[in-house]
Order: sequence, then structure tokens, then C-alpha cells
Amino acid sequence: MLIGLHHYLIVAAILFTIGVFGIFVNRKNVIIILMCVELILLAVNINFVAFSTHMAPAAGADPIAGQIFALFILTVAAAEAAVGLAILVVYFRNRGNIAVENIDLMKG
Amino acid sequence: MFQTLSTFLPELFLALSASLLLGFGLSKTNDRSVIVRYISVGVLVVFAFMGYVLDRPDGVSFSGLLFNNDFSDFLKAIIGLSAAAALMLSKNYFQKESLDRYEFSVLTLYAVLGMSIMVSANNLLAMYIGIEMQSLALYILAAFNRDSLRASEAGLKYFVLGALSSGLLLYGASLIYGFTGSLDFETIRASIALTGPTTGIIAGMVFLLCGLAFKISAAPFHMWTPDVYEGSPTPVTGFFAAAPKLAAMAIITRLLIVPFGDIIGQWQQVIVVLAVLSMVVGALGAIMQTNIKRLMAYSSIANMGYALVPLAAGTVAGVQGMLVFMTIYIITVIGVFAIILQMRLRNGMVEQVSDLSGLSKSNPGMAFGLTMLMVSLIGIPPWLGFFGKLFAFVPAVEAGLLWLVVVALVASVISAFYYLRIIKTMWFDEPNREFIRAPRTTRVIAIASILLVIPVLILPGLSGAALGLADSAAQALFAQ
Repeated sequence: MLIGLHHYLIVAAILFTIGVFGIFVNRKNVIIILMCVELILLAVNINFVAFSTHMAPAAGADPIAGQIFALFILTVAAAEAAVGLAILVVYFRNRGNIAVENIDLMKG
Repeated sequence: MFQTLSTFLPELFLALSASLLLGFGLSKTNDRSVIVRYISVGVLVVFAFMGYVLDRPDGVSFSGLLFNNDFSDFLKAIIGLSAAAALMLSKNYFQKESLDRYEFSVLTLYAVLGMSIMVSANNLLAMYIGIEMQSLALYILAAFNRDSLRASEAGLKYFVLGALSSGLLLYGASLIYGFTGSLDFETIRASIALTGPTTGIIAGMVFLLCGLAFKISAAPFHMWTPDVYEGSPTPVTGFFAAAPKLAAMAIITRLLIVPFGDIIGQWQQVIVVLAVLSMVVGALGAIMQTNIKRLMAYSSIANMGYALVPLAAGTVAGVQGMLVFMTIYIITVIGVFAIILQMRLRNGMVEQVSDLSGLSKSNPGMAFGLTMLMVSLIGIPPWLGFFGKLFAFVPAVEAGLLWLVVVALVASVISAFYYLRIIKTMWFDEPNREFIRAPRTTRVIAIASILLVIPVLILPGLSGAALGLADSAAQALFAQ
């Protein structure tokens, strides 16, 4: 079986869905939410690289731009993880745990 | 050489100043937060006027990543000035809470740099980098009071939902890239004109709009707003309510008008749904709120709904109406937060609506000012808020969206209830506490904002010029 563009897209869509659902369904730990965010970003990267390598030559088509975008996403994801973990550490020092169901000081 | 440089001079100036100030703040152990704040305010004011004073040519920079025109100049002016006002508001608050660190000013500068890239982005990549640059700085600002559980919880919630929204936005961007073959706005437009709106393009566009709806806190993507507004330090909340909303609104407008300008039939219904839900959620959600910052959060959700109404028209007048409405909203909301910051008792800040009771007897000036601002937010004719809504709703009527305007007016009437409740609390309830004398900076900013919302004082000189600027900004976007 030849692996084509749509195979990559289906994998990426499944990963994306797992990531989004993971954020909403998970009630245990904030670290799992951070992992889900990474999963979403990686799904997007698969999309970009797959589109980039399978792009048909046409006027205005720019196959390299997708790969550059994927590199930028990797870089920003690292910065985002750093900021996210720093905020999580601050939260942990104030609260003493990072269970999702306890993040309910403010409601309404 | 200078011509190329001048197309991104404001961003360059901001990036260099922020980096130099970061080094300057680091270099000595003694506290430099005060001087860094004043320099940052100066930098922001210079940045705000740079676009207009230099009279720069329109043009692209970084091989088409950024496109500078009247639209981005107008937005940079408003964003720069509102960020400068928010920074001045933070001065006394952070000194009283002994939180005054120079990083606050530097992070504000970096957030404004991100917004500046957002409003001149002409490419999905530049748009993403701008949004992330802004968001990463704002996550830290939300949790800036790191010893407070509320502030760190606000930062955490903002981070998680912000990261999710970036994910949605990126997924949309990848679909648009895959189905049009380009990241550049104009090339995307040309490609859509060739193929028509295919399913992939529509799905990508909807994902993009959902991601951006998080940033303007439009319902149903608003759930983070009340918590973040309540938990963050009050000057940060004031900043959140103004500049980032405008920047996100601007990038939505640019996306809809430039790359998706030819498929208005596809995106109009998405914008209409977001507008109706935001107005309803904002009007009904605020009724039960007792905390004034939470109340302002729901008020901002409703106001984002009003701002989306003219955008749904997709015309020059619509974009102009959105810009006028947002500018007026920002002027008013900065005044409101300048007054919320004056709600300080001897032992700390209070932020309940009931704390305002009897304010007309204990502090008539403050009560009068807040009344003016609330009346402007309701949209009663002589005040500026009325003209904001007028400019926002007329283009929608002209585009045949009469029922949407009717919904907006009903929502305005419902939301008048909670603004009037604040006025009633101030003027007719028994006084129970007295605020300590407010610092000069918050009073000056509040008075400036109040003078601006009473248009008799500034008509017609200022408003005519401002309308002209908004109009040329809207024209520039369509000429692109």
C-alpha cells in the first residue's frame, strides 16, 4: 500500500482530536494538559510537513513555507512549554497540588 | 535602504528598546523599576505616533511577512497609547503591593511588540508569531503576583486555554496552507478566487476564526475571561481589556477582508453566530455578578459581540465602524479601570460592587466620574458610547443585517440593568466605608478618560480627525 497525503492527514486529525479531548476530559493532572497541548502542536506539524511534501506544482504554491512553519512551531512550542511549566510551578507553590479539579477558586 | 527599514521601524524601535531596558534593569542590583516604567511609557508613546509622524510609505517588509499601511498605523497608535495608560496605572498599585519589578514594563513592551506584528501581519506565519509573542508575555503578566493563589490560578487558566486556542488557529492555518498552497494573504486570495471555497478552505477558515475568537473572548470561547479578569492584578486586567482585544480584532478583520474577502458568504454566518452568542452571554452573565472585575469581564464579552456586528457587514463602513467602536470602548474601559484602582481601603484593595455603596456622599467626584463612564457604556446619546454603537450598527443595517442589530439593541437594554445597578449603588445606598485618597496618576487618567467620553467638550475638532483616520484605515485595508 502506498502511503499518500490523506493517510498523514488522518493521523494528524486523530492526534489533534485526542489532544483537544485530553484537555477537556482529563480531570487529574495539569501536566497531562500540557502534554495534550504538545500533541496538538505536533499534529499540526505533521499536517504542515505532509502538505509541504505532497504539494502539486502550481502558480503561487510554496512547498518550502510549510516546513519553515513547522520549524517555527517547534521553537514556539519550546518557549510555550517553558512559560507554562513556570506558571505551573508558581501555582504549585501556592496551592500545594496540581489536580485539575482543585483549580476552582474562581467560578461563575 | 531607509525606505525598506522605515516600513518596520516601529517594531524595530520597540524590540530594541525592550531588549535594552531588559539589560538596563538587570545590570545593577538596586531597584530600577520606576525609571524603567517611565522610559517604557515614553517608548510606547513614541511608538504610537511613529506611524503618523514619519509619514512612512506603505509597503511590505521581510519578503511580504509584514505589510504596513494606514490600517496598521491606526491600530498601532491606539494600542501604544492604551498600553502606556495601563502601564501608568500599574505604578501606584504595584508599589503599594510591593510587587514593583522592572520586568513588568519590559513584558508589556514585548506584548505590544507582538500586537504590533499581529496588526501588520500579511502572512499566516507572521500572524502566528505575533500572537504567540503577545500571548506568552500576557500569560506571565496574568500570574505576575506570584505569591497570590488567585493570580497564579488566573495565569494557569489563561495559559491552558490560550495554548488550546493557538492549537486551533494553527490547525486552521495548516489546512489553509494545504488547500491553497501558500501562507501569504494575497496569494491565498488569488488561489481561492481560482478554486472557489472548497471544504478544506472553509474548515481551515472556521478553525482560524475559532482560535482568534478565544483571543477576543467571544462566546462560546469566553470561559477563561471572567476568571482571568478576576484573578489578575487590577492594572493587568485593565491592560487585558484594552490592547490585546483590539489587536486580535484587527487580525480577524484583516483575515476576513484580505485573504477571505471574496467568500463573505462563507464567513458571514460564523461572525454572526459569534456576535449573537457574545452579546447574549455578556448581557445575561453579568447580571448576577457581585465582583466588579468579573462584571467588567462579561461587559467586555458583550462589547466584543457589538464590535463583531459591523464586521459581519464586510464593508468599508463596517470596518470603520468596528475601529470607531473599539477605540471608544478602549477609552471608556481604561477610565473604568482607573476608577476601580481607586477602590482602596486602608488595609488593601476591594473589588465588590457593594463596596461602592454611598460613594456619592463619601467621594462625590469619583461617583460622578464612574457614573459618566457607565452611562457611556450603556450608550445614552450625548455620551461617546452612543456614537460608538451608532457607527457600529448603521453599516450592519445597510448590509441587510437588521435582525442582528435588533438583537444587539435588546442586549444593550439588558446590559443597561447592571450598569444602572452600579450607579444606583453609588447614589442611593447607605455609605459603609471610605476609600483612601487615590494617587495622582490614576486620578489624571480617569479624568482624561471621562473628559473624552463627554463629547461636547471635544467636538468637533478631535472627533472629526479621529473619524477621518478610522476611515482611511478601513480604506487602506480594502485597497490592499
